[in-house]
This record gives sequence, structure tokens and C-alpha cells, in this order.
Amino acid sequence: MTTEKPLPVPTPVTRPFWDALREHRVRIQHCAGCERWVYYPRSHCPGCLSPTLEWRDISGEGTVYTFTVARAPTAPQFLDELPQKIAVVELDEGPKLTTTLVNIEPEAIRIGMRVRPVYDDVEGAEVTLLRYEPV
Amino acid sequence: MGLRGDAAVVGIAELKPVRKPEEPGRSTLDQWADLSRMALADAGIDAHEVDGIVTSSIREAPSFVPSTVAEYLGAQVNFAEYVDLGGATAAGMVWRAANAVELGLSDVVLCVAPSWPVPTPPDGWAPTPRGAFGASSGAYGSPQAEFDIPYGNLAQNCGYAMIAQRYGHEYGYDPEALAKIAVDQRTSACANPEAIFYGQPITVDDVLASRMIADPLHLLEIVMPCSGGAAVVVTSRERAARTPHRPVYVTGFGERLVFKTPTYAEDLMQTPIAAASDQAFAMAGVARSDVDMISVYDCYTITVLMTIEDAGFCPRGEGQRFVRTHDLTYRGDFPCNTHGGQLSFGQPGLAGGMSHVTEGARQVMGRAAGNQMARCDTAFVSGNGGIMSEQVALIFQGA
Repeated sequence: MTTEKPLPVPTPVTRPFWDALREHRVRIQHCAGCERWVYYPRSHCPGCLSPTLEWRDISGEGTVYTFTVARAPTAPQFLDELPQKIAVVELDEGPKLTTTLVNIEPEAIRIGMRVRPVYDDVEGAEVTLLRYEPV
Repeated sequence: MGLRGDAAVVGIAELKPVRKPEEPGRSTLDQWADLSRMALADAGIDAHEVDGIVTSSIREAPSFVPSTVAEYLGAQVNFAEYVDLGGATAAGMVWRAANAVELGLSDVVLCVAPSWPVPTPPDGWAPTPRGAFGASSGAYGSPQAEFDIPYGNLAQNCGYAMIAQRYGHEYGYDPEALAKIAVDQRTSACANPEAIFYGQPITVDDVLASRMIADPLHLLEIVMPCSGGAAVVVTSRERAARTPHRPVYVTGFGERLVFKTPTYAEDLMQTPIAAASDQAFAMAGVARSDVDMISVYDCYTITVLMTIEDAGFCPRGEGQRFVRTHDLTYRGDFPCNTHGGQLSFGQPGLAGGMSHVTEGARQVMGRAAGNQMARCDTAFVSGNGGIMSEQVALIFQGA
């Protein structure tokens, strides 16, 4: 079984998000039509199906909406990350995203805690993952 | 809107789940045929009467699945549905079959969920593509492949764990109440010789002492995959009158799909079973208090807890108190998953979801084993797919 990490493969639609992360910025989409922030990136607004979404930079800060500490690897590729601190962060703009928490002990994680981006430039890959740490 | 309640489940086939089958695998099509044969025999219906099929994926064909199945069965059907709702597939199959019968599309509809291993292809065959990340799709362009899997948020455990954590944050978390769900279901399994954990009672302490897999879920709160298979036959009231068992009428249903990955749920605490159940009860004209037993999808204990609440059997946030103050066993005051649930009966793939259908039907028919309730006229059945992302509710009523 392969232990190679599954990494994101950007598509033409999502590329601006990943390009921004490479520059250590968080950029997500906004729909002017229904005043909605959109994450994950897509071609049409999930509210009104408008095909014209605008990319905007945001701070990337938010709060922990929920989390788990996986004591058994969620897939063999994550064996080296145990215990996995997987979280859903609610961005200040509203959308939620999946991430992993770093620079914190599992026992210290609390729902509602403030967190900020940590840009993880993956070694040997042209991709930066968006992880989070306590503010 | 809705069913008249004129379609009924009249035949059942179900293989005993086993952890590691010794006999060689069988093609999905073979299993389809065999389970059909058994279910029809149980109903006393001839194969040539079959004029409807409801199937899910098969390993032998990526598309044109219904016609592949019909040809294999030698059946000519007026209704051929392909249902792809994960754990909600079986329940979703049943209401579709009932619809077809009431519309007059079909008189005898087979709903089959083969879940036995298939043979290993000989050398030289391209490997069958399989999901390396459980129900999460690693395909190019899949949002999960890009935004979830790289962070390890994949398959089922961590999604359900994060739902449970959020539940605890909003309503408080009582590990013993959650554990009691698993314990009560195991008690029922110990009266059901078909259950994979028959003869192996457990206690709340056992559950809480079992390994933590993903906080707050312990090993004994998580289903164990196994092999098996199950099927039911649905027919018309007229045809049901000439079958040997008490017909189990499908008098209400509801289905709702709201997301794929819980991260993107608008409100993670509002599970889809709420809307599905409201529709099902309204359609059937049945009150929650009329229900004699519930047979609800139980991939995890948290799924049962939130289903009891959102299906309307107790107010939101009060499920843990409800579970603590009721006996959920087959002889209790709120029988729940009397076959043991998938937690204790076993989860043989899609047949695990079907086990909730078969158990609801079996209790109404009065054909359960030592776990038969004294009387059961009305059953509530749920299916659940993905990570509480697609759910189905059914109301079963005996004539």
C-alpha cells in the first residue's frame, strides 16, 4: 500500500486559491449577486448559481467549529501524523473549511477557540496546505 | 401527496453475516439472482412475476446496471431503478418500489443488496477501481480530493466524530448514554442467532473501555464491516393477499439529501432525517406515539441518538436523557434496532442498511427470532448515507 500523501491537484477553477496559498495569502470567492462568501472554490455560486464569482483576499482567521483527534489513522498515509488533529474552521466571513491544527496539544483544543492560518509549504511539491494554529 | 399505503413487503432473504467468508467470492450478478430467488421463495411468488427491479452498483458493470441485472435475471421489467444513497440505499429502494407498485408500473418489485465478496480477477486484468479513501472520492476534480482528503478528513470515522463533538458542544455530551445505545442493541442481538455478535453481551463499561478511535467515538460505538446480503419483495395489496405472511404496508416515506462532506453543511446539527421523517409521518397519517419500534441506521451510536431526536421521538438535545430513561431492547418500552442494529447484527455493506428494512418488516410480520416483540404493528425505519448527508424515512404498518 502506498504511503504517499494525497495532495491537492488544482483544477482551472480552483487554481487561484492554491496560487494564493503559495504566496501565503488566503483568497476565497465572493458572489456579488447574493452577498455570499464561497468555499470551496467552484464555478458557480452555491446560492444563486451565478457564474461570476470574484476572488478576494481575506485574513483567513476564524474559530474552531468542531474537531476530532483521530487515534487511529484515517488512512495509512497519515500514520506519521498521529494523533491527527482534524478540524472544521469557520472563517470570519462565514464559510467553513477542513484543516488540521498545529502547534497545539490535543487536550487543549476547544470548540470556539480563535485560530489563524499556518502556511505549510509541502516539501517536494508545488503546493501549500492551509493548516491552523491558536491565535 | 403520497402513497395510499397499498404496497407491501411480502418476502425476505437475508444471509447470515460473517466476518471472513471462507467460500470463494461470487459475482454481484450471481448474488443478485440468488437473493432474488430466496426472497421470492419466501413470498411464494414465481420469478416470472417479477416486473420491477431496484439495484445499486454492481462490480461487473460501471453503467447500464439495471438492464444488466434484468437480462441476467431473465426478467422483463417496467421499472428499473438505480439507487446510489450509500447506507440509505436500501430504504430508498423500498419507497421507490412502493411507488412503482402504486402507480401500477409493476406488480412485483425486487430490491436487492448483494454484499458478499466478488472473485479476484485473474492476472492480467486491470484492477477494479476502488475507493482508496472509503466513501470519499479521490478522483480528479472532486472537492474532497482537493479540500478534505489532504488533511486526513476522509472516510467515515472522523466525520461522525466531528458531528459528535459539535453535538456535545451544543447540548452536552454523556458518554454513558451513547454507550447504552450500543449495550441495549447488543442485548437484542443476543436474542437473535443471526447477529454476528450473538452470544457476546457487553456493558457500558466495556464500551467506554474500548479503544478510542476518533474522539469521542470508542471502538464499540462503530460498526464492524462484514459480509452478507439481503433482499425484500414489494407487491400490490391484491397480490399480497395471496402470500403467506402478514403484509407490511409502506404507508409513508421521505428522503432528503443535503451535502456530501459535513464540513460544508449549513447546519450540521439539523440532520436530513428531520425533514424526511416529517414527510413520512404526514404521508402515513401516523403519530410518533403510534410507532411500536424503530429500526434506524446505526453506523455509530451518535447516529442513533440524533435520529431519535430529529425524527421527532424526543426534543432536540434531550436524546441522551431519553436513552437513559428508556429500555431500547426488543422487550423494552422503546424498542430500537431489535436485530442488534448494524453495531451488533453486523454491517455487511449495503445489506447493513437493508437489515433495518428487514427487521422492521420482520417485527411487523411477527417472524423475528428470540428478539420478536410481543406485538408490532407500526415500525419506523431509517436509512442514512454518507456522513448523515442523505437520509430516508419509512413507515411500515401491518394490516
